Amino acid sequence: MEKLTKDDVHPKIIEALLGAESNVTVDEALENEMVLNMGPQHPATHGVLRVVLRLDGETVVASVPELGYLHRGYEKMAENMSYYEFIPHTDRLDYLSPMANNVGWVLAVEKLAGIEAPPRAQYIRMMIAELTRIASHLVAIGALAMDVGALTVFLWTLREREKIMDIWDVLCGARFTNSYTRIGGVANDAQPEVLKSIRWFIDQFEENMDECERLLNRNRIFIERMDGVGVISKEDAIDLGMTGPSLRASGVEYDLRRAQPYLFYKDMNFKVITYSEGDCLARYFVRADETRESVKIIRQVLDNMPKGDTLLNQPKKVLPKKTEVYSRMEELIHDFMIVNFGINPPVGEIYHAIEGSKGELGFYFVSKGEGKPWKCKIRSPSFVNLQSLPNLIKGHMVSDVVAIIGSIDPIMGEADK
Amino acid sequence: METKELVVNKLKENFSDISFEFSEFRDELSVSFDKKHVVKICKFLKEEPDLEFLLCEDVTAVDWAKRKNRFTVVYHIFSLKHNFRLRLKADIDESDCKVDSVTSVWKTSNWQERETYDMYGIEFNNHPDPRRMYMPEDFEYHPLRKDFPLMGIPGSLPLPKK
Repeated sequence: MEKLTKDDVHPKIIEALLGAESNVTVDEALENEMVLNMGPQHPATHGVLRVVLRLDGETVVASVPELGYLHRGYEKMAENMSYYEFIPHTDRLDYLSPMANNVGWVLAVEKLAGIEAPPRAQYIRMMIAELTRIASHLVAIGALAMDVGALTVFLWTLREREKIMDIWDVLCGARFTNSYTRIGGVANDAQPEVLKSIRWFIDQFEENMDECERLLNRNRIFIERMDGVGVISKEDAIDLGMTGPSLRASGVEYDLRRAQPYLFYKDMNFKVITYSEGDCLARYFVRADETRESVKIIRQVLDNMPKGDTLLNQPKKVLPKKTEVYSRMEELIHDFMIVNFGINPPVGEIYHAIEGSKGELGFYFVSKGEGKPWKCKIRSPSFVNLQSLPNLIKGHMVSDVVAIIGSIDPIMGEADK
Repeated sequence: METKELVVNKLKENFSDISFEFSEFRDELSVSFDKKHVVKICKFLKEEPDLEFLLCEDVTAVDWAKRKNRFTVVYHIFSLKHNFRLRLKADIDESDCKVDSVTSVWKTSNWQERETYDMYGIEFNNHPDPRRMYMPEDFEYHPLRKDFPLMGIPGSLPLPKK
Protein backbone atom coordinates (compact mmCIF):
# COMPACT_ATOMS: atom_id res chain seq x y z
CA MET A 1 0.00 0.00 0.00
CA GLU A 2 1.27 3.44 -0.85
CA LYS A 3 1.69 5.88 1.92
CA LEU A 4 -0.79 8.71 1.91
CA THR A 5 0.59 12.19 1.94
CA LYS A 6 -1.20 15.27 3.10
CA ASP A 7 -1.94 16.31 -0.45
CA ASP A 8 -3.79 13.10 -1.29
CA VAL A 9 -6.53 13.72 1.20
CA HIS A 10 -8.94 16.58 0.92
CA PRO A 11 -8.03 19.29 3.43
CA LYS A 12 -11.55 19.30 4.80
CA ILE A 13 -11.23 15.63 5.80
CA ILE A 14 -7.97 16.33 7.59
CA GLU A 15 -9.59 19.25 9.29
CA ALA A 16 -12.47 17.05 10.43
CA LEU A 17 -10.12 14.35 11.66
CA LEU A 18 -7.72 16.54 13.55
CA GLY A 19 -10.19 19.12 14.72
CA ALA A 20 -12.56 16.63 16.35
CA GLU A 21 -12.77 17.01 20.08
CA SER A 22 -10.99 14.25 21.90
CA ASN A 23 -9.35 13.67 25.23
CA VAL A 24 -7.01 11.06 23.83
CA THR A 25 -3.43 12.19 23.68
CA VAL A 26 -0.94 10.27 21.63
CA ASP A 27 2.71 10.92 22.19
CA GLU A 28 5.07 8.22 21.02
CA ALA A 29 2.76 5.38 20.07
CA LEU A 30 5.45 2.73 19.78
CA GLU A 31 7.18 3.69 22.98
CA ASN A 32 4.15 3.00 25.11
CA GLU A 33 2.55 -0.08 26.48
CA MET A 34 -1.02 -0.58 25.51
CA VAL A 35 -3.89 -2.45 27.11
CA LEU A 36 -6.06 -4.35 24.69
CA ASN A 37 -9.35 -5.91 25.56
CA MET A 38 -10.15 -9.10 23.64
CA GLY A 39 -13.59 -10.53 23.99
CA PRO A 40 -15.96 -11.55 25.53
CA GLN A 41 -17.54 -11.19 22.10
CA HIS A 42 -14.75 -12.21 19.79
CA PRO A 43 -14.97 -14.92 17.14
CA ALA A 44 -11.60 -16.45 18.02
CA THR A 45 -12.25 -16.90 21.72
CA HIS A 46 -14.62 -19.82 21.08
CA GLY A 47 -17.42 -18.45 23.20
CA VAL A 48 -17.42 -15.74 25.78
CA LEU A 49 -13.86 -15.71 27.02
CA ARG A 50 -12.43 -12.31 27.78
CA VAL A 51 -8.69 -11.79 27.79
CA VAL A 52 -7.18 -8.47 28.77
CA LEU A 53 -3.78 -8.13 27.15
CA ARG A 54 -0.96 -5.79 28.00
CA LEU A 55 1.01 -5.15 24.85
CA ASP A 56 4.38 -3.70 24.14
CA GLY A 57 4.07 -2.85 20.48
CA GLU A 58 2.74 -6.10 19.13
CA THR A 59 4.20 -8.36 21.81
CA VAL A 60 2.11 -9.63 24.70
CA VAL A 61 3.73 -8.65 27.99
CA ALA A 62 1.03 -9.97 30.29
CA SER A 63 -2.52 -11.20 30.07
CA VAL A 64 -5.46 -11.85 32.34
CA PRO A 65 -8.26 -14.19 31.28
CA GLU A 66 -11.63 -13.27 32.73
CA LEU A 67 -14.27 -15.96 33.09
CA GLY A 68 -17.84 -16.02 34.21
CA TYR A 69 -19.75 -14.65 31.24
CA LEU A 70 -21.49 -17.99 30.80
CA HIS A 71 -21.74 -18.91 34.47
CA ARG A 72 -25.12 -20.51 34.98
CA GLY A 73 -24.51 -22.00 38.39
CA TYR A 74 -24.82 -25.63 37.35
CA GLU A 75 -23.35 -26.87 40.60
CA LYS A 76 -26.03 -25.04 42.56
CA MET A 77 -28.69 -26.41 40.26
CA ALA A 78 -27.35 -29.94 40.63
CA GLU A 79 -27.73 -29.67 44.40
CA ASN A 80 -31.40 -28.91 43.89
CA MET A 81 -32.43 -31.60 41.49
CA SER A 82 -32.27 -35.38 41.37
CA TYR A 83 -29.50 -37.31 39.67
CA TYR A 84 -31.81 -38.16 36.79
CA GLU A 85 -32.93 -34.60 36.24
CA PHE A 86 -29.42 -33.34 35.76
CA ILE A 87 -28.57 -35.58 32.78
CA PRO A 88 -29.94 -33.10 30.18
CA HIS A 89 -27.96 -30.32 31.85
CA THR A 90 -24.68 -32.16 31.31
CA ASP A 91 -25.25 -31.70 27.57
CA ARG A 92 -24.83 -27.99 28.10
CA LEU A 93 -21.47 -28.24 29.84
CA ASP A 94 -19.16 -29.10 26.98
CA TYR A 95 -21.68 -28.56 24.23
CA LEU A 96 -19.39 -29.96 21.56
CA SER A 97 -19.25 -33.39 23.19
CA PRO A 98 -22.57 -33.85 24.99
CA MET A 99 -22.46 -37.64 24.86
CA ALA A 100 -19.16 -37.81 26.74
CA ASN A 101 -20.60 -35.61 29.48
CA ASN A 102 -23.66 -37.88 29.71
CA VAL A 103 -21.40 -40.88 30.07
CA GLY A 104 -19.25 -39.18 32.70
CA TRP A 105 -22.25 -38.19 34.77
CA VAL A 106 -23.96 -41.56 34.79
CA LEU A 107 -20.71 -43.40 35.51
CA ALA A 108 -20.16 -41.17 38.53
CA VAL A 109 -23.71 -41.69 39.77
CA GLU A 110 -23.45 -45.44 39.23
CA LYS A 111 -20.24 -45.54 41.19
CA LEU A 112 -21.94 -43.67 44.02
CA ALA A 113 -25.01 -45.89 43.95
CA GLY A 114 -22.91 -49.04 43.60
CA ILE A 115 -24.50 -50.36 40.42
CA GLU A 116 -23.11 -51.26 37.04
CA ALA A 117 -24.72 -51.15 33.63
CA PRO A 118 -25.01 -54.33 31.51
CA PRO A 119 -22.11 -55.03 29.11
CA ARG A 120 -23.99 -54.03 25.97
CA ALA A 121 -24.86 -50.63 27.46
CA GLN A 122 -21.22 -50.15 28.42
CA TYR A 123 -20.07 -50.97 24.91
CA ILE A 124 -22.59 -48.50 23.50
CA ARG A 125 -21.32 -45.87 25.92
CA MET A 126 -17.78 -46.48 24.81
CA MET A 127 -18.82 -46.18 21.19
CA ILE A 128 -20.65 -42.89 21.68
CA ALA A 129 -17.87 -41.45 23.81
CA GLU A 130 -15.34 -42.14 21.07
CA LEU A 131 -17.60 -40.81 18.31
CA THR A 132 -18.03 -37.66 20.38
CA ARG A 133 -14.28 -37.38 20.72
CA ILE A 134 -13.98 -37.48 16.94
CA ALA A 135 -16.70 -34.84 16.54
CA SER A 136 -15.14 -32.59 19.14
CA HIS A 137 -11.62 -32.89 17.74
CA LEU A 138 -12.93 -32.18 14.25
CA VAL A 139 -14.40 -28.89 15.44
CA ALA A 140 -11.21 -28.11 17.36
CA ILE A 141 -9.02 -28.70 14.31
CA GLY A 142 -11.35 -26.85 11.97
CA ALA A 143 -11.73 -23.86 14.25
CA LEU A 144 -8.00 -23.73 14.92
CA ALA A 145 -7.28 -23.71 11.20
CA MET A 146 -9.93 -21.06 10.64
CA ASP A 147 -8.45 -18.88 13.37
CA VAL A 148 -5.15 -18.81 11.56
CA GLY A 149 -6.76 -18.22 8.20
CA ALA A 150 -7.37 -21.60 6.55
CA LEU A 151 -11.10 -21.49 6.09
CA THR A 152 -11.55 -24.57 3.89
CA VAL A 153 -10.52 -27.02 6.59
CA PHE A 154 -13.34 -25.83 8.82
CA LEU A 155 -15.90 -26.64 6.15
CA TRP A 156 -14.40 -30.05 5.52
CA THR A 157 -14.16 -31.10 9.15
CA LEU A 158 -17.67 -29.87 9.85
CA ARG A 159 -18.88 -31.95 6.93
CA GLU A 160 -17.50 -35.02 8.69
CA ARG A 161 -18.99 -33.93 12.00
CA GLU A 162 -22.36 -33.49 10.33
CA LYS A 163 -22.36 -37.22 9.56
CA ILE A 164 -21.93 -37.96 13.27
CA MET A 165 -24.79 -35.60 14.05
CA ASP A 166 -26.95 -37.53 11.62
CA ILE A 167 -26.03 -40.76 13.43
CA TRP A 168 -27.06 -39.18 16.75
CA ASP A 169 -30.33 -38.21 15.15
CA VAL A 170 -31.17 -41.82 14.38
CA LEU A 171 -29.67 -43.17 17.60
CA CYS A 172 -31.45 -40.99 20.13
CA GLY A 173 -33.63 -38.50 18.31
CA ALA A 174 -31.52 -35.43 18.94
CA ARG A 175 -28.62 -34.05 16.99
CA PHE A 176 -26.96 -31.78 19.48
CA THR A 177 -28.20 -32.09 23.05
CA ASN A 178 -28.47 -35.84 23.21
CA SER A 179 -29.15 -36.85 26.86
CA TYR A 180 -28.86 -40.41 25.68
CA THR A 181 -27.48 -42.22 28.71
CA ARG A 182 -29.51 -43.28 31.72
CA ILE A 183 -28.44 -44.36 35.17
CA GLY A 184 -27.95 -48.10 34.76
CA GLY A 185 -27.76 -48.10 30.97
CA VAL A 186 -28.77 -46.11 27.94
CA ALA A 187 -32.14 -44.73 26.86
CA ASN A 188 -32.69 -47.23 24.06
CA ASP A 189 -30.76 -49.95 22.34
CA ALA A 190 -28.60 -49.05 19.36
CA GLN A 191 -30.55 -50.37 16.40
CA PRO A 192 -28.81 -52.40 13.64
CA GLU A 193 -29.16 -49.55 11.15
CA VAL A 194 -27.34 -47.21 13.55
CA LEU A 195 -24.49 -49.68 13.95
CA LYS A 196 -24.43 -50.06 10.19
CA SER A 197 -24.19 -46.33 9.63
CA ILE A 198 -21.47 -46.01 12.27
CA ARG A 199 -19.49 -48.68 10.47
CA TRP A 200 -20.02 -46.86 7.21
CA PHE A 201 -18.85 -43.65 8.87
CA ILE A 202 -15.61 -45.05 10.27
CA ASP A 203 -14.85 -46.84 7.00
CA GLN A 204 -14.92 -43.61 5.03
CA PHE A 205 -13.64 -41.34 7.79
CA GLU A 206 -9.92 -42.04 7.63
CA GLU A 207 -9.72 -41.20 3.96
CA ASN A 208 -11.55 -37.93 4.50
CA MET A 209 -9.37 -37.16 7.49
CA ASP A 210 -6.35 -37.65 5.24
CA GLU A 211 -7.77 -35.04 2.90
CA CYS A 212 -8.25 -32.55 5.73
CA GLU A 213 -4.75 -33.17 7.00
CA ARG A 214 -3.29 -32.79 3.53
CA LEU A 215 -4.67 -29.25 3.56
CA LEU A 216 -2.73 -28.48 6.72
CA ASN A 217 0.29 -30.71 7.18
CA ARG A 218 2.15 -29.35 4.17
CA ASN A 219 0.65 -25.89 4.36
CA ARG A 220 3.54 -23.57 5.00
CA ILE A 221 1.48 -20.72 6.39
CA PHE A 222 -0.27 -23.01 8.83
CA ILE A 223 2.95 -24.67 9.99
CA GLU A 224 4.72 -21.37 10.49
CA ARG A 225 1.83 -19.99 12.49
CA MET A 226 1.83 -23.10 14.72
CA ASP A 227 5.39 -24.34 14.98
CA GLY A 228 7.15 -23.26 18.15
CA VAL A 229 4.24 -21.07 19.24
CA GLY A 230 2.89 -21.39 22.77
CA VAL A 231 5.41 -23.91 24.04
CA ILE A 232 4.85 -25.41 27.47
CA SER A 233 7.20 -27.87 29.09
CA LYS A 234 6.19 -31.20 30.57
CA GLU A 235 6.74 -30.06 34.15
CA ASP A 236 4.85 -26.79 33.75
CA ALA A 237 1.95 -28.53 32.04
CA ILE A 238 1.57 -30.96 34.94
CA ASP A 239 2.02 -28.20 37.49
CA LEU A 240 -0.71 -26.16 35.83
CA GLY A 241 -3.00 -29.17 35.90
CA MET A 242 -3.44 -29.48 32.15
CA THR A 243 -5.02 -32.72 30.98
CA GLY A 244 -6.13 -34.27 27.73
CA PRO A 245 -4.56 -33.54 24.32
CA SER A 246 -2.91 -30.38 25.61
CA LEU A 247 -0.96 -32.35 28.22
CA ARG A 248 -0.13 -35.22 25.89
CA ALA A 249 1.29 -32.74 23.37
CA SER A 250 3.90 -31.92 26.01
CA GLY A 251 5.00 -35.52 26.21
CA VAL A 252 3.13 -36.82 29.25
CA GLU A 253 1.53 -40.16 28.62
CA TYR A 254 -1.49 -39.55 30.80
CA ASP A 255 -4.81 -40.79 29.54
CA LEU A 256 -7.48 -41.88 31.99
CA ARG A 257 -8.63 -44.55 29.58
CA ARG A 258 -5.25 -46.18 30.23
CA ALA A 259 -4.39 -44.88 33.69
CA GLN A 260 -7.65 -45.77 35.39
CA PRO A 261 -9.67 -47.76 32.87
CA TYR A 262 -13.43 -47.40 33.11
CA LEU A 263 -16.07 -49.14 30.97
CA PHE A 264 -14.23 -51.78 28.89
CA TYR A 265 -11.24 -49.68 27.86
CA LYS A 266 -8.87 -52.18 29.41
CA ASP A 267 -9.88 -54.67 26.68
CA MET A 268 -9.38 -52.18 23.88
CA ASN A 269 -6.25 -51.98 21.83
CA PHE A 270 -5.28 -48.37 21.19
CA LYS A 271 -2.29 -46.10 21.45
CA VAL A 272 -1.99 -43.08 23.73
CA ILE A 273 -0.78 -40.37 21.38
CA THR A 274 2.02 -38.21 22.72
CA TYR A 275 4.19 -35.55 21.16
CA SER A 276 7.14 -34.00 22.90
CA GLU A 277 7.24 -30.47 21.46
CA GLY A 278 4.44 -28.97 23.54
CA ASP A 279 3.62 -26.25 21.00
CA CYS A 280 0.47 -25.46 19.06
CA LEU A 281 1.48 -27.74 16.22
CA ALA A 282 1.95 -30.70 18.57
CA ARG A 283 -1.46 -30.07 20.11
CA TYR A 284 -2.97 -30.12 16.63
CA PHE A 285 -1.15 -33.36 15.75
CA VAL A 286 -2.32 -35.05 18.96
CA ARG A 287 -5.93 -34.25 18.14
CA ALA A 288 -5.62 -35.36 14.54
CA ASP A 289 -4.01 -38.66 15.53
CA GLU A 290 -6.47 -39.27 18.33
CA THR A 291 -9.38 -39.28 15.90
CA ARG A 292 -7.73 -42.26 14.20
CA GLU A 293 -7.24 -44.05 17.52
CA SER A 294 -10.92 -43.45 18.28
CA VAL A 295 -11.82 -45.02 14.95
CA LYS A 296 -9.75 -48.03 15.99
CA ILE A 297 -11.64 -48.29 19.28
CA ILE A 298 -15.03 -47.94 17.61
CA ARG A 299 -14.13 -50.69 15.17
CA GLN A 300 -13.25 -53.02 18.05
CA VAL A 301 -16.44 -52.06 19.87
CA LEU A 302 -18.56 -52.84 16.83
CA ASP A 303 -16.80 -56.17 16.30
CA ASN A 304 -17.19 -57.28 19.92
CA MET A 305 -20.54 -55.75 20.82
CA PRO A 306 -22.28 -58.27 23.09
CA LYS A 307 -25.99 -58.98 22.88
CA GLY A 308 -28.38 -58.47 25.74
CA ASP A 309 -30.11 -55.78 27.76
CA THR A 310 -29.15 -52.14 27.65
CA LEU A 311 -30.75 -51.25 30.97
CA LEU A 312 -29.98 -52.74 34.36
CA ASN A 313 -32.78 -54.58 36.12
CA GLN A 314 -32.56 -52.83 39.49
CA PRO A 315 -36.01 -51.34 40.17
CA LYS A 316 -35.01 -49.16 43.13
CA LYS A 317 -32.28 -47.36 41.22
CA VAL A 318 -33.12 -47.53 37.53
CA LEU A 319 -36.15 -46.00 35.86
CA PRO A 320 -38.30 -48.69 34.21
CA LYS A 321 -39.17 -48.63 30.52
CA LYS A 322 -42.09 -46.39 29.62
CA THR A 323 -44.14 -49.19 28.06
CA GLU A 324 -43.95 -51.12 31.31
CA VAL A 325 -44.88 -48.10 33.40
CA TYR A 326 -48.12 -47.81 31.49
CA SER A 327 -49.07 -51.45 31.77
CA ARG A 328 -47.75 -52.79 35.11
CA MET A 329 -48.39 -51.78 38.69
CA GLU A 330 -44.94 -52.52 40.19
CA GLU A 331 -43.15 -50.51 37.54
CA LEU A 332 -45.59 -47.64 37.96
CA ILE A 333 -44.82 -47.49 41.69
CA HIS A 334 -41.07 -47.57 41.12
CA ASP A 335 -41.34 -44.91 38.44
CA PHE A 336 -43.33 -42.72 40.83
CA MET A 337 -40.83 -43.19 43.64
CA ILE A 338 -37.74 -42.52 41.53
CA VAL A 339 -39.21 -39.47 39.81
CA ASN A 340 -40.48 -37.94 43.05
CA PHE A 341 -37.88 -38.94 45.59
CA GLY A 342 -34.83 -39.89 43.55
CA ILE A 343 -32.58 -42.91 43.72
CA ASN A 344 -31.18 -42.26 47.22
CA PRO A 345 -27.62 -43.53 46.91
CA PRO A 346 -25.89 -44.40 50.20
CA VAL A 347 -24.12 -41.83 52.35
CA GLY A 348 -20.62 -41.20 51.09
CA GLU A 349 -18.50 -39.29 48.67
CA ILE A 350 -16.97 -40.25 45.37
CA TYR A 351 -14.95 -38.67 42.59
CA HIS A 352 -15.14 -40.20 39.17
CA ALA A 353 -13.33 -38.89 36.14
CA ILE A 354 -13.42 -39.88 32.51
CA GLU A 355 -11.18 -38.87 29.66
CA GLY A 356 -13.41 -36.36 27.92
CA SER A 357 -12.44 -34.87 24.60
CA LYS A 358 -10.82 -31.83 26.25
CA GLY A 359 -9.24 -33.66 29.16
CA GLU A 360 -10.19 -35.04 32.51
CA LEU A 361 -13.88 -34.55 33.15
CA GLY A 362 -14.59 -35.36 36.78
CA PHE A 363 -17.61 -35.31 39.03
CA TYR A 364 -17.33 -35.14 42.80
CA PHE A 365 -20.44 -36.08 44.75
CA VAL A 366 -21.20 -35.86 48.42
CA SER A 367 -24.32 -37.84 49.20
CA LYS A 368 -26.33 -37.68 52.39
CA GLY A 369 -28.50 -40.58 51.31
CA GLU A 370 -31.08 -38.29 49.73
CA GLY A 371 -32.42 -38.10 46.21
CA LYS A 372 -30.38 -35.00 45.49
CA PRO A 373 -26.63 -34.69 45.77
CA TRP A 374 -25.60 -32.68 48.81
CA LYS A 375 -22.66 -31.38 46.86
CA CYS A 376 -21.75 -31.73 43.23
CA LYS A 377 -18.51 -30.42 41.87
CA ILE A 378 -17.81 -30.50 38.17
CA ARG A 379 -14.11 -30.68 37.41
CA SER A 380 -14.12 -29.32 33.92
CA PRO A 381 -11.00 -29.72 31.76
CA SER A 382 -11.49 -26.48 29.83
CA PHE A 383 -11.45 -24.43 33.02
CA VAL A 384 -8.17 -25.90 34.21
CA ASN A 385 -6.52 -25.88 30.78
CA LEU A 386 -7.40 -22.21 30.32
CA GLN A 387 -5.34 -21.38 33.35
CA SER A 388 -2.20 -22.01 31.33
CA LEU A 389 -3.14 -19.31 28.82
CA PRO A 390 -1.12 -16.44 30.38
CA ASN A 391 1.95 -18.71 30.44
CA LEU A 392 1.47 -19.74 26.83
CA ILE A 393 0.91 -16.35 25.25
CA LYS A 394 3.52 -14.41 27.16
CA GLY A 395 6.12 -13.02 24.77
CA HIS A 396 4.20 -13.90 21.62
CA MET A 397 2.67 -11.62 19.04
CA VAL A 398 -0.91 -10.55 19.43
CA SER A 399 -1.86 -12.51 16.32
CA ASP A 400 -0.58 -15.71 17.96
CA VAL A 401 -3.06 -15.35 20.78
CA VAL A 402 -5.92 -16.66 18.65
CA ALA A 403 -3.82 -19.60 17.52
CA ILE A 404 -2.94 -20.50 21.11
CA ILE A 405 -6.50 -20.18 22.35
CA GLY A 406 -7.59 -22.37 19.46
CA SER A 407 -4.93 -24.95 20.20
CA ILE A 408 -5.98 -25.48 23.83
CA ASP A 409 -9.58 -25.74 22.65
CA PRO A 410 -11.51 -24.26 25.56
CA ILE A 411 -15.29 -24.56 25.61
CA MET A 412 -16.77 -21.83 27.71
CA GLY A 413 -19.93 -23.71 28.54
CA GLU A 414 -17.73 -26.08 30.47
CA ALA A 415 -15.19 -23.60 31.79
CA ASP A 416 -17.89 -21.35 33.25
CA LYS A 417 -20.27 -24.12 34.26
CA MET B 1 2.86 -53.10 48.77
CA GLU B 2 -0.36 -51.60 47.63
CA THR B 3 -0.40 -47.86 47.00
CA LYS B 4 -3.08 -47.26 49.60
CA GLU B 5 -1.02 -48.83 52.35
CA LEU B 6 2.06 -47.04 51.10
CA VAL B 7 0.35 -43.64 51.36
CA VAL B 8 -1.08 -44.40 54.79
CA ASN B 9 2.25 -45.65 56.13
CA LYS B 10 4.23 -42.78 54.66
CA LEU B 11 1.92 -40.21 56.20
CA LYS B 12 1.94 -41.91 59.59
CA GLU B 13 5.72 -42.29 59.58
CA ASN B 14 6.54 -38.74 58.61
CA PHE B 15 3.90 -36.89 60.59
CA SER B 16 3.67 -38.80 63.83
CA ASP B 17 2.46 -35.68 65.67
CA ILE B 18 -0.53 -35.08 63.39
CA SER B 19 -3.69 -37.09 63.85
CA PHE B 20 -4.98 -38.41 60.55
CA GLU B 21 -8.36 -39.84 59.91
CA PHE B 22 -8.45 -42.32 57.05
CA SER B 23 -11.67 -43.42 55.43
CA GLU B 24 -12.53 -45.47 52.42
CA PHE B 25 -15.65 -45.53 50.29
CA ARG B 26 -16.03 -47.25 46.91
CA ASP B 27 -12.33 -48.00 46.87
CA GLU B 28 -11.32 -44.34 47.24
CA LEU B 29 -9.03 -43.26 50.03
CA SER B 30 -9.73 -40.02 51.94
CA VAL B 31 -7.48 -38.44 54.52
CA SER B 32 -8.70 -35.79 56.96
CA PHE B 33 -6.45 -33.65 59.11
CA ASP B 34 -6.27 -30.29 60.79
CA LYS B 35 -6.28 -27.32 58.43
CA LYS B 36 -3.06 -25.79 59.72
CA HIS B 37 -1.02 -28.65 58.27
CA VAL B 38 -2.42 -28.43 54.74
CA VAL B 39 0.62 -26.92 52.99
CA LYS B 40 3.10 -29.09 54.87
CA ILE B 41 1.32 -32.31 53.97
CA CYS B 42 0.66 -31.32 50.37
CA LYS B 43 4.30 -30.42 49.89
CA PHE B 44 5.37 -33.75 51.32
CA LEU B 45 2.96 -35.72 49.15
CA LYS B 46 4.19 -33.95 46.05
CA GLU B 47 7.89 -34.14 46.74
CA GLU B 48 8.24 -37.56 48.35
CA PRO B 49 9.95 -39.61 45.59
CA ASP B 50 7.95 -42.76 46.39
CA LEU B 51 4.62 -41.01 46.01
CA GLU B 52 4.90 -38.07 43.58
CA PHE B 53 1.42 -36.65 43.66
CA LEU B 54 2.30 -34.22 40.89
CA LEU B 55 -1.15 -33.51 39.58
CA CYS B 56 -3.65 -31.54 41.61
CA GLU B 57 -6.93 -32.29 39.94
CA ASP B 58 -9.36 -30.31 41.96
CA VAL B 59 -9.78 -28.03 44.94
CA THR B 60 -13.26 -27.44 46.24
CA ALA B 61 -15.25 -27.17 49.45
CA VAL B 62 -18.35 -28.65 51.01
CA ASP B 63 -20.83 -26.62 53.03
CA TRP B 64 -22.39 -28.78 55.77
CA ALA B 65 -24.85 -25.99 56.75
CA LYS B 66 -25.58 -26.77 60.41
CA ARG B 67 -22.48 -28.66 61.47
CA LYS B 68 -20.03 -27.22 64.01
CA ASN B 69 -17.16 -27.03 61.53
CA ARG B 70 -19.28 -25.69 58.75
CA PHE B 71 -16.97 -26.18 55.76
CA THR B 72 -14.58 -28.81 54.53
CA VAL B 73 -11.96 -28.02 51.90
CA VAL B 74 -11.40 -30.98 49.62
CA TYR B 75 -8.35 -31.60 47.44
CA HIS B 76 -8.17 -34.34 44.84
CA ILE B 77 -4.63 -35.19 43.94
CA PHE B 78 -3.31 -37.76 41.53
CA SER B 79 -0.05 -39.66 41.38
CA LEU B 80 1.06 -40.26 37.82
CA LYS B 81 3.59 -42.75 39.09
CA HIS B 82 1.07 -45.04 40.78
CA ASN B 83 -2.06 -44.03 38.86
CA PHE B 84 -3.61 -43.42 42.21
CA ARG B 85 -6.02 -40.72 43.39
CA LEU B 86 -6.07 -39.39 46.93
CA ARG B 87 -8.59 -37.11 48.59
CA LEU B 88 -7.44 -34.69 51.27
CA LYS B 89 -9.92 -33.01 53.57
CA ALA B 90 -9.62 -30.32 56.18
CA ASP B 91 -12.43 -28.87 58.26
CA ILE B 92 -12.93 -25.14 58.59
CA ASP B 93 -15.14 -23.30 60.99
CA GLU B 94 -17.21 -20.35 59.88
CA SER B 95 -15.75 -18.08 62.59
CA ASP B 96 -12.26 -18.58 61.12
CA CYS B 97 -13.01 -19.05 57.46
CA LYS B 98 -9.42 -19.21 56.28
CA VAL B 99 -6.98 -21.84 55.11
CA ASP B 100 -3.46 -21.66 53.73
CA SER B 101 -3.21 -21.63 49.97
CA VAL B 102 -1.45 -24.52 48.23
CA THR B 103 -0.53 -22.44 45.16
CA SER B 104 3.10 -22.69 46.26
CA VAL B 105 2.84 -26.46 45.82
CA TRP B 106 0.64 -26.80 42.73
CA LYS B 107 0.19 -23.76 40.48
CA THR B 108 -3.07 -25.15 39.19
CA SER B 109 -4.76 -24.59 42.53
CA ASN B 110 -4.68 -20.86 41.84
CA TRP B 111 -7.93 -20.72 39.90
CA GLN B 112 -9.48 -23.58 41.82
CA GLU B 113 -9.01 -21.70 45.06
CA ARG B 114 -10.35 -18.52 43.53
CA GLU B 115 -13.42 -20.47 42.51
CA THR B 116 -13.78 -21.91 46.01
CA TYR B 117 -13.48 -18.44 47.50
CA ASP B 118 -16.05 -17.12 45.05
CA MET B 119 -18.54 -19.88 45.73
CA TYR B 120 -18.05 -20.48 49.48
CA GLY B 121 -16.32 -17.39 50.86
CA ILE B 122 -13.37 -19.37 52.19
CA GLU B 123 -10.29 -17.19 52.13
CA PHE B 124 -6.94 -18.60 51.15
CA ASN B 125 -3.93 -17.14 52.95
CA ASN B 126 -0.97 -16.17 50.77
CA HIS B 127 -2.96 -16.54 47.59
CA PRO B 128 -1.21 -14.64 44.77
CA ASP B 129 -4.39 -13.40 43.11
CA PRO B 130 -7.31 -13.37 45.56
CA ARG B 131 -10.12 -12.32 43.25
CA ARG B 132 -13.46 -13.84 42.46
CA MET B 133 -13.53 -16.32 39.61
CA TYR B 134 -17.01 -16.17 38.11
CA MET B 135 -19.12 -13.61 39.92
CA PRO B 136 -18.58 -9.85 39.56
CA GLU B 137 -16.09 -8.37 42.00
CA ASP B 138 -18.73 -6.27 43.80
CA PHE B 139 -21.07 -9.21 44.39
CA GLU B 140 -21.65 -9.60 48.12
CA TYR B 141 -22.72 -13.21 48.48
CA HIS B 142 -21.23 -16.64 47.97
CA PRO B 143 -23.67 -18.59 45.81
CA LEU B 144 -22.86 -22.20 46.70
CA ARG B 145 -23.40 -21.68 50.41
CA LYS B 146 -26.48 -23.53 51.54
CA ASP B 147 -28.13 -20.36 52.85
CA PHE B 148 -27.99 -18.73 49.41
CA PRO B 149 -31.37 -19.33 47.75
CA LEU B 150 -31.54 -21.18 44.45
CA MET B 151 -33.40 -18.34 42.74
CA GLY B 152 -30.73 -15.85 43.80
CA ILE B 153 -31.20 -12.67 45.79
CA PRO B 154 -33.21 -10.03 43.92
CA GLY B 155 -31.20 -6.89 43.38
CA SER B 156 -27.87 -8.47 44.23
CA LEU B 157 -26.71 -8.13 40.65
CA PRO B 158 -27.43 -4.55 39.59
CA LEU B 159 -28.52 -4.13 36.00
CA PRO B 160 -26.89 -1.45 33.86
CA LYS B 161 -28.55 1.96 34.03
CA LYS B 162 -30.98 2.79 31.27
